[in-house]
Amino acid sequence: MPIFLGPQSIVTPMQLVFVQFMTGLASAASLFLVASGLSIIFGVTRIVNFAHGAFYMLGAYVAYTLTEQLSGAIGFWFALLAAAVIVAALGCLLEMVLLRRIYHAPELFQLLATFGVTLMVEDLVLLIWGPEDLVGPRAPGMSGAVVMFGKYIPTYDLFLIALGPIVLVALWLLFHRTRWGVLVRAATHDRGMVAALGINQKWLFTGVFALGVFLAAIGGALQIPRDAVNHSMDLSIIVEAFVVVVIGGLGSTTGAFLAAILVSELNAFGILVFPKISLVLVFLVMAVVLVVRPWGFFGKPQPPQATAVGNTVRPWRPLNRTELTIAGGVVLVIALLPFVLGNYALTIGSEILIFTLFAASLHLLMTVGGLASFGHAAYFGLGAYGAAFAATAFGMPMVVAILAGPVLAAFGAAIVGWFAVSLSGVYFAMLTLAFAQIVWSIAFQWVDVTGGDNGILGIWPDAFASSPSGFFWMTLAFAVPALALLQMVIFSPFGFALRATRDSELRSESIGIDRKRTQWVAFVVAGAVAGLGGALFAFLKGSVFPDFMSISVSIDGLVMVLLGGIETVLGPIVGAIVFKALSIWLISQTDYSKLVLGLAIIAMVVAFPKGIVGTLADWRAKFDARRARKLAGGVATAAVAATVLGGVVGTATGTLTDAAATDTSHRNVAHRNASHQEIDR
Amino acid sequence: MAAPALAAVAPPATSQLDVVKLNAFYGAAHILFDVDFTVHSGEVVALLGRNGAGKSTTFLSIMGMVARRTGTVWFDADEITALPTYEIARRGLGFVPENRRIFTDLTVEENLLVGRQAPREGAPTWEPERLYELFPNLADMRKRPGGRMSGGEQQMLTIARTLMGNPSLVLLDEPSEGLAPKIVEQMAGAILAMKREGLSILLSEQNLHFARLISDRAVIIEKGRVQFTGTLAELEARPDVRDAYLAV
Repeated sequence: MPIFLGPQSIVTPMQLVFVQFMTGLASAASLFLVASGLSIIFGVTRIVNFAHGAFYMLGAYVAYTLTEQLSGAIGFWFALLAAAVIVAALGCLLEMVLLRRIYHAPELFQLLATFGVTLMVEDLVLLIWGPEDLVGPRAPGMSGAVVMFGKYIPTYDLFLIALGPIVLVALWLLFHRTRWGVLVRAATHDRGMVAALGINQKWLFTGVFALGVFLAAIGGALQIPRDAVNHSMDLSIIVEAFVVVVIGGLGSTTGAFLAAILVSELNAFGILVFPKISLVLVFLVMAVVLVVRPWGFFGKPQPPQATAVGNTVRPWRPLNRTELTIAGGVVLVIALLPFVLGNYALTIGSEILIFTLFAASLHLLMTVGGLASFGHAAYFGLGAYGAAFAATAFGMPMVVAILAGPVLAAFGAAIVGWFAVSLSGVYFAMLTLAFAQIVWSIAFQWVDVTGGDNGILGIWPDAFASSPSGFFWMTLAFAVPALALLQMVIFSPFGFALRATRDSELRSESIGIDRKRTQWVAFVVAGAVAGLGGALFAFLKGSVFPDFMSISVSIDGLVMVLLGGIETVLGPIVGAIVFKALSIWLISQTDYSKLVLGLAIIAMVVAFPKGIVGTLADWRAKFDARRARKLAGGVATAAVAATVLGGVVGTATGTLTDAAATDTSHRNVAHRNASHQEIDR
Repeated sequence: MAAPALAAVAPPATSQLDVVKLNAFYGAAHILFDVDFTVHSGEVVALLGRNGAGKSTTFLSIMGMVARRTGTVWFDADEITALPTYEIARRGLGFVPENRRIFTDLTVEENLLVGRQAPREGAPTWEPERLYELFPNLADMRKRPGGRMSGGEQQMLTIARTLMGNPSLVLLDEPSEGLAPKIVEQMAGAILAMKREGLSILLSEQNLHFARLISDRAVIIEKGRVQFTGTLAELEARPDVRDAYLAV
């Protein structure tokens, strides 16, 4: 049956398929450039550069400005190239100023720091180029179209289709036919060995980073004749690039090439097959690939490694009786707040309580389980939508609806978690992010059910919780048991097993712990608690929107955990309170809150990696050690040193103890990682 | 911690590598305790000790690959303690690590290419063709990826790759480990050939028989401390030392 498509002509289904296929191939070119850059950078530096999407966007904006200035065919192509070179130079600067400081940090810190860069770039782009979408010029000499199978295919699309394989071959030659390329491949395999052979990795890393950023920027610059330059380019491309890299295999350019074509074609045809929820196709294919080949088409299974996000020097312990009494007192004081605070403060108070749930649930996964989820907002959002459906579509009473939230969230977490726990480290982070983005786009696109961008409105609490103080008390009544439950889980046999899987996959499995199952259960529990937070949030706001599960909410959660202290038990609660209060204040103070927040994240990662509670605990340990030394002289010192790692330390000196108790730098974290590896060998 | 005033005195000129009061730590664990020894120019010294005695850590410390250490390392009369690893290697200290660490995705030729450095005065100069003569097995597999080679072939490739840097002194970490007897013999032959070229060699071994074939002197290390230093003949005269610190 012929389909009428615009005024141009009558199209047969075959022609439509052909046109979509060519569109998909053309889109694949830029996606391949970005994903291969991401892959190359990761291969050598082991950094998943979240800012890669930002560089793609910058490439497009700078190219737009340059094409405005330069005219003619030579001017146009020169402008694209110059834009990529300029952005690559910015990338070099970023590498030298920021990344060199955090190469030894846990990967979570690296992801967060580069996300901070993304936030800053978003606001800087807004400052420099303004909020409007910008339409660039057509490519000179390629503004026309070529007739193929009776259809017009834009010449520029054909150019892009040809460019992909050319770049693939060029990269292959670079990596196999030049010494620099061979060094890069060697460093991808074993950085330490390359250094031992007399190669200064510093410049190798910088060079690789520049190459990767160049590829991203040229990918962005090449988009300007096709699409308007806009502010959401960065996040949409980075999510697609993550999907491509997960499917193609991290570190493989050929894998990135094939996966980019696959994903672009799925997008192109998804619009035909499921016009409402086109991203579901990508989701299904990614799920299948992960089941069949967890490391992607061309990736290699990585050997099991210690995936600890941080490195706990002081063993965790549950609160003792005195501390429990103090905690009870604190809860009592919080419960009395409605008698002192006004309505606005109480509403903010409820919001903060809700986010302590969110942060604490992420903490279970991230710190206890060693699985840094970059898409935890999905379960927060599912909880909110679950409560909203229950309340509006099924007319359930509020308390039942609030409990329906965690059920939907746990259901979603069970599905995603089942796939996600077969991966770890950065793969896990990228996969959870991609899944969260898919859940977000379902909420956004499936207008009939979710209301799309307009959300679901009119979710009002019952009478007893309709006043700010009533709602605050109700939130507290849900939050305190849930937080207590999480603490109990951490110190239960299940929590110990979870920590064992975090610290050593091999050793935990060899004593009979089912790693995947343990982590999967943790994923579901964390999802359910986040969902409880989301359900409460829905009633607090009276509405739900897709934004509840946006990337920025996921990142907020990570920052809360980090701010509180990644190696601590109570950190997320403190972190959530401080972060939420600060960010609400910040948004009221400046239009460029992303710029400030991005800068704050970077500063925290570089200068303050242990967070509030971690730093306080350090001070306390130092204070205790000093007092112990005063009391018992050298004997106590040696004892403290011995408890730190339970090791060899016969002749530990005072200096050694100090160093062990106060080391806050990433360098020392790296030492401990190194010693882990040494022992594993 | 370090005692720079003491360490500032340069060692005698005949020695090529001087390790002075070397201490190393992994986190809070103290691994090496005041390790002292010297390698003279053109000499083969065996660093002997049991598994876990600290041999590999000594090598990694010399190469600057252990992040926290104190003491001093002198090489060719320069202090190299604080230099970055790549700079230490560029001064002519070649390192052949334990468990090989070849680049498995790279071919034999490419592995050698990674090791290439400019020729050095006072050290033998190596080209791939000369290395294929030293290790004839490698000559037949130039295009083969390192991951598809036997353990012995990988060990030879590791040594060849380090020699491509034209070092004047080579640190060999357990070169005979896990190799078939016949390959061990070849390895001993290759090491002696390297010595004839004028290379100084410091090798670590658990296997006294192998060390005896090629070494001039021995340093015995146990629990991170040096327990014995002397010629191989002196060690032969001390069965008590041998029995106490070496698994024979």
